[in-house]
Amino acid sequence: MPLGSECALRPELPTAPRTSSALSKIALLGNPNAGKTTLFNTLTGLRHKTANYPGVTVERREGALDLGGGRKVRVFDLPGSYSLLAKSPDEEVVRALLAGEMGEADRPDLGVLVVDASNLERNLYLALQIIDTGLPVVVALSLWDVAAEKGRCPDIQELSSELGVPCVPVIGHRARGTRALVEAVRSKLDAVSAVPGPRPDLRAAALVSPEERYARIEAIMRRVHAAASSAGARRTVSDEIDRWVTHPVWGWVFFVAVMALIFQSIFTWASPLMDLIESGMMALSETSGALLPPGPFRSLVCDGILPGVGNVVIFLPQILLLFFFITFFEDFGYLARAAFVLDRLMRRAGLNGKAFLPLLSSFACAIPGIMATRTIADRKDRLVTILVSPLMSCSARLPVYALLIGAFVPPIPVLGPMDLKGATLLGLYLLSIGAGLCVAAVLRRTMLSGPRSPFVLELPPYRLPHLKTILSLTWERGQVFLANAGSIILAISVVLWFLASHPQDPEIRARHEVLRAQAAASMEAGPELDARRDEIDRSQAGEQLRHSYAGRLGRLIEPVIRPLGFDWKIGVGLVASFAAREVMVSTLAVIYNIEDGGNGSSDLATALREETDPITGRPVHTPLTALSLMVFFVLACQCMSTVAIVRRETNGWRWPIFMIVYMTALAWTASFVVFQIGRRMGWG
Amino acid sequence: MKIEHLSELGPGRAGVVEGYDVHDQTTERLRELGLVSGTRVQVKRLAPLGDPMELFLRGYCLSVRLEDAARIRVRLEA
Repeated sequence: MPLGSECALRPELPTAPRTSSALSKIALLGNPNAGKTTLFNTLTGLRHKTANYPGVTVERREGALDLGGGRKVRVFDLPGSYSLLAKSPDEEVVRALLAGEMGEADRPDLGVLVVDASNLERNLYLALQIIDTGLPVVVALSLWDVAAEKGRCPDIQELSSELGVPCVPVIGHRARGTRALVEAVRSKLDAVSAVPGPRPDLRAAALVSPEERYARIEAIMRRVHAAASSAGARRTVSDEIDRWVTHPVWGWVFFVAVMALIFQSIFTWASPLMDLIESGMMALSETSGALLPPGPFRSLVCDGILPGVGNVVIFLPQILLLFFFITFFEDFGYLARAAFVLDRLMRRAGLNGKAFLPLLSSFACAIPGIMATRTIADRKDRLVTILVSPLMSCSARLPVYALLIGAFVPPIPVLGPMDLKGATLLGLYLLSIGAGLCVAAVLRRTMLSGPRSPFVLELPPYRLPHLKTILSLTWERGQVFLANAGSIILAISVVLWFLASHPQDPEIRARHEVLRAQAAASMEAGPELDARRDEIDRSQAGEQLRHSYAGRLGRLIEPVIRPLGFDWKIGVGLVASFAAREVMVSTLAVIYNIEDGGNGSSDLATALREETDPITGRPVHTPLTALSLMVFFVLACQCMSTVAIVRRETNGWRWPIFMIVYMTALAWTASFVVFQIGRRMGWG
Repeated sequence: MKIEHLSELGPGRAGVVEGYDVHDQTTERLRELGLVSGTRVQVKRLAPLGDPMELFLRGYCLSVRLEDAARIRVRLEA
């Protein structure tokens, strides 16, 4: 029998019958803003598994749905997309998933097409594409209440018969309609498992032109009596809000107000929680210090792991707050407007309108900022934004600026209430913005040049956000951060701890033990003895640090940082502050044997200012070296948490390594220029 | 009947899409979003800096950059 005849009889291979033990998989599909995520939460409750699809940074959310009678199915919330002819990583995931290219484990048995009933015409485009592939589907007509308000509810019977699939109206966050939807899903699943259909064929999507498909959609719209009034937009609440929010003057005022709210909350509302976490971690460290026997293990736990974990957890309040606001304003519809207002401005730097929020958030902390780049669909736009986010001057740099400005910049009046101290700080922030925009422009024209993917932005009607959905998305984002970035940060913390505490010199300890014994013998118990003991402790810690690998590393890199005006002590600080920038201050305090208490940094400022070169007798640190060091801190990638989050968000080590290299090179060059020019001018 | 490029329409003006001057990823996406020949489209407003523009079509609002709108020919409404 010739092969062809068999093929003619069975034009498409039926899918293999599934074993009954494997759970059925249901995918929620639909346009962005169609209410998919809200429906997903309503169907699956609040327990979700969140991960990335392999090889891409597109979020994969999975939950479970009880169809009744203990019959469970797996539900996937697929990224929003406009078409199966993918134009963004999100859309590519949807296409590959339906095509079965992501493996059988992810290929859905049934699609729930989430179709926005209040925006039916355009939503039907993707719906028809998917129905044409042959994937078994049920249509959920979401935002039914909004459509009803507009008086544009389609005739459900007609729509079902036109599309040839069951259609169920739902109101996303209410149980109403979801029971009927679950019922429809169950009967469709039964039908599918009884008679497995052909595999979905995605080539069908490309065969019909948009013109042809919209002609069909228009015919359907007439049949279901839901055609949009062609008389143009009626004045709606959304229009009224938009008149203000995109107004040439009030638009900016509103934007600044929203950003101020977000910014302020990241800076100040998070800080009590962060303090709480910090003191909690310190208490934990002290408790375990008391419980564990002294030795390398205790040191690993108390000086390595716990502070390392603390460095991770401390970001959690900021991340949760930022994502709460992002999700809130995104659901509300404002984020799209802000991108609309800012696109022109951001495009000058080769970025798109959606980059403003990640960059602004990065002034508080680059970690949540980089995570917020997920709203940028274009891969290159997103990468550029990620790569320049750490240049924005984050709050962890402030303690370093405060120390150096406090020690070396005189309060000469400059302009009005601003003195040279304030002006220096302002200058550092301007430097960070300027550097970020320049680097973005350069990257966009060189390494990450090429055609932009289309920037078309839907401006959805404003909607009151659904709190439960927002909270659940916010919490999931926090979990992702803790689980993924946490593991890398923990590993680097242990390495840094090892570098700063090894090798241990028994001679240093023995000598300080002798000092302690002498103090105990010659002094009476009391505050004086305690002070003497603290002094000995500090001296031991300082000597030990100088003796450690970190200390040797500081000395090793001294020739490299000498042209910037830094000595080996600053070098040690630079090495140690890779854990977190503010560690610079505490490390210098240890090196200079300064008590690291509440007034630690002012004592340290004095010590830095008064240190003189034993040979020349000239001060080691001058205002010029301080400036050089601050410029270095603006531009250098001194933050392992950022590296970890970039690794996660870009799915590999290539871009984080590139980021470290370019930022360090930029920082070194800029500091070199500042220090050398300054010296020629006779400032140092 | 007057044909202009969509980018030249001021706020409040409307027209019917005639066709595209060029074809690429962006224009394919615009067609997929419903901006096909024969579609009535109204310019709602421009962003505060004059670019991008907000369009109203098929019952929803869409923002496009002027450089993209400049490739779309529209037949003006009388």
